[in-house]
Amino acid sequence: MKQVFSRPESLKDIQTHFCPGCHHGSVHRLAAEAMDEFGVRGETIGVASVGCSVFLYGYFDVDVIEAPHGRAPAVATGAKRARPDRIVFSYQGDGDLAAIGTAEIIHAANRGEDITVIFVNNTTYGMTGGQMAPTTMVGQKTSTSPYGRDHSKDGYPIRMAELLAQLEGVGFSARVAVNSPKNVMQAKKLMKTAFRYQVEKKGFAFIEVLAACPTNWGMNPLAANQRVGDEMVPYFPLGVYRNTANL
Amino acid sequence: MPHIVIDEARCKGCGLCTIACPKKLVALSDSPNSMGFTVAVFSDASQCTGCTLCAEMCPDVAITVFK
Repeated sequence: MKQVFSRPESLKDIQTHFCPGCHHGSVHRLAAEAMDEFGVRGETIGVASVGCSVFLYGYFDVDVIEAPHGRAPAVATGAKRARPDRIVFSYQGDGDLAAIGTAEIIHAANRGEDITVIFVNNTTYGMTGGQMAPTTMVGQKTSTSPYGRDHSKDGYPIRMAELLAQLEGVGFSARVAVNSPKNVMQAKKLMKTAFRYQVEKKGFAFIEVLAACPTNWGMNPLAANQRVGDEMVPYFPLGVYRNTANL
Repeated sequence: MPHIVIDEARCKGCGLCTIACPKKLVALSDSPNSMGFTVAVFSDASQCTGCTLCAEMCPDVAITVFK
């Protein structure tokens, strides 16, 4: 009898604070598996953002720097330039990356910094109480859009993977989801590609993961998981938008 | 025989494993763990193929698969 599935070594064996059905745990595991795959656990520096993702310093068995809100790509730039021999990744939510840190992510990507950015898009600010984010769906009710997002006032949800794929400095940009076994397998593959870019020094890599936030969506975990496929995937299509090195 | 082991202390009862199993061998129980979550339980090990899909879906890495 062989153990065919177990916790990756890069993920500490402790209980997370995430709500039941939150996809952050799945994204953590996939990132940790990628670190295990390349054997870089001892030479990886993580950069945590602000949001539910902030506690990753307690969950990943790597060194982590905590960045101010939205500034993780800027902090990661400094870490990578100071220690180019290290694998540096940032892990950010949509309130962090697509709102407060828009300038930092766009310019880090445009400079082609040799870092990996993991972007968890759950269409809301999770930790601070479910406010509207730039990625919130049109019509979605949040604590700051109680009648639903109105595009005439609030604009449309921003598609970061496509937006960054336009920039010359970007090596890899993709969007995945973790709402079904099939999508998890694809996410696992592309998460490894996002780390492979850095291991092989091929440039800036960005991976967006569509995720559920059952608590702030006011749904049970299974309904929230269903919503990812029914509402988010049609607007945020899954796929690889840029892959300059064909990894 | 392939089978899974669910870590009850880690399970938060989200149920994502229950929709992943192609043979519907994982279900939510009525019994709560120490955190108060009603945990997932595995039944009928004779039908398990060790496909790992339940474990791949678990956000809390609470499932270990043996084959």
